Amino acid sequence: MSKEIIKIENLKREFVMGTETVHALKGISFTINEGEFVTIMGSSGSGKSTLLNILGCLDQPTDGSYEIDGVKVKDLSRDELATIRNKKIGFIFQSYNLLPRTSALENVELPLLYTSHVSTAERRKRAIEALEKVGLADRMGHTPSQLSGGQQQRVAIARSLVNNPVMILADEATGNLDTRTAYEIMSLFQELNKQGITITFVTHEPDIAAFSNRTIVLRDGHIIKDYKNTDVQSAEEQLAKLPKEELVS
Amino acid sequence: MRLLNLLKIAFKAIVLNKMRTLLTMLGIIIGVASVIAMLAIGEGSKESIRANISSMGSNMITIRPGADDRGPARGSGGNVQTLTLQDYEVIKAKSELISYITPVVNSGGQVINGSNNWPSTIYGVNPDFLNIKVVGLQSGSMFTDAEVSAASKVVIIGQTVVDNVFPDGQDPVGQMIRFNNIPFKVIGVLEEKGENTFGQDQDDVVIAPFTTVQKRILAIEYLNQIMASSISEDDASEVVTQVTEILRSQHKLLDSEDDDFTVRSMEELISTFSSTSEMLTILLVAVASISLLIGGIGIMNIMYVSVKERTKEIGLRLAVGGKGSDILMQFLIEAILISITGGVLGVILGLGSTVFIEKFLNWPTSVALYSIVISFAVCAITGIFFGWYPARKASALDPITALRYE
Repeated sequence: MSKEIIKIENLKREFVMGTETVHALKGISFTINEGEFVTIMGSSGSGKSTLLNILGCLDQPTDGSYEIDGVKVKDLSRDELATIRNKKIGFIFQSYNLLPRTSALENVELPLLYTSHVSTAERRKRAIEALEKVGLADRMGHTPSQLSGGQQQRVAIARSLVNNPVMILADEATGNLDTRTAYEIMSLFQELNKQGITITFVTHEPDIAAFSNRTIVLRDGHIIKDYKNTDVQSAEEQLAKLPKEELVS
Repeated sequence: MRLLNLLKIAFKAIVLNKMRTLLTMLGIIIGVASVIAMLAIGEGSKESIRANISSMGSNMITIRPGADDRGPARGSGGNVQTLTLQDYEVIKAKSELISYITPVVNSGGQVINGSNNWPSTIYGVNPDFLNIKVVGLQSGSMFTDAEVSAASKVVIIGQTVVDNVFPDGQDPVGQMIRFNNIPFKVIGVLEEKGENTFGQDQDDVVIAPFTTVQKRILAIEYLNQIMASSISEDDASEVVTQVTEILRSQHKLLDSEDDDFTVRSMEELISTFSSTSEMLTILLVAVASISLLIGGIGIMNIMYVSVKERTKEIGLRLAVGGKGSDILMQFLIEAILISITGGVLGVILGLGSTVFIEKFLNWPTSVALYSIVISFAVCAITGIFFGWYPARKASALDPITALRYE
């Protein structure tokens, strides 16, 4: 049996808005094992973002337990959460969130700046390796404005990989990209997953979910579906099927 | 996070906003530069006043005829004939705090040596004069008490007079000169002293026994002045009181009458001048400090803008593992870096303008090390103080909110 990366039990999250209490998550449980590629789906208001924030250790659950790589997250301090984010999670955002006017290499180095005991040389070496992994070896000195959307997202993926996290957490990572580029990115994710990296991908697009091997569907703070995908599509093959010259959005 | 990395990040942020940072620094630069320059001017003038006055003899006490003429609309003391040789003798006899004392009579006139002539002033004094003025002779010797009693026609001359009436460089000692057509033998040359605080050339003098000047040049009995020196500088004010009492009883003044003479000590003069220049310095530094304060507020303002502008960046840094303290340090160091760079540039500008003031305006300046240290410390503190709140605000941001910030 493979290692449990994420273990959630009866997770609840409530927000107090004035006098009303909003129940964003109403008690959900699931486990993600090492090497899984999970998509979390749901329409807006389903609790998807709240779950993502908690999974990313950006937010704390009101009730229930959350363990990441064997560490109980509940009741950790702000700084301890920061350390977990730094060591165990690689974030990828819809809007890339690269530092402007900063080279791809320096952007990738960023998480390592907050990791103790990493020398400048070591940091550089690991950033270069990460950029090579996402196929941007020739773009290291470019700033985000000199890169296309797809390339920027690749830089962001390299950044998420640089700390060797136990899990990559992607939030609508293809949301800002056209279909062709989105498929290219998904193909990269699939490749990384094949190398053993656990990926949790939050999206509302069903065709993206088809590339993952498991899908969790949320609605109104509950899990309504949690199924293994028996027919995983290969993003590379789908990409080949797309009309060549035309850009489909 | 290591300090070096923090410095790199802060440096980068500053470099990315060169113009903005420079303009922000300008307040600090101008503030520091003006504090340093103002203090240098203040210190310089104070020092030069002190040095000048001391060179005139810091223990010196002068007694002039006529009431204190510092008030408005009084007559000049020059023509008042109330100070006599007897006053001098009484003071000399009665005041035990005085080490040297001389009567002074003076007259303007022409110094002539062959075809060279020069307008100067002759001072009739006794041999104590050199001790009171704290001046020596570069050649020759001082006249003696015997020569004073005999009203000998001997003079000591200052360097300016030497330069003008002995232009070909011959040794004046032993030569004959004429002052207002009366022949005098030059027996000594005074050491050079240069100008005093009031721009008066202290070398443009002719010194002769006071009896000679009284009888042979002016034909007067009274004195223009009495000069004395107290045994120590600390006694000066006591001497002033003592001399005043002696002279009041000597002049038989009633209690209701004002003094018909003025006694002043150099110490008094020094403190008058120093306090004036000190006041001025304080005023100038206060104005300069205000610009430093405004500079600090400028930093605070730009840091707030910077935090607002980079909310998303802060969110990202928090998301990838930056701690609140890392963010706090990042912005704090940025603020300190701005203020310290401004401080360094300010010190350079301040020193530069001090040199400029000294060279081109001919004002005496003296850069006190403490002024550099203080303004530098103030800069660092300004950076910390005005950078703290924006940095604190940045570090307290919620990563989720910051990431979603548009």
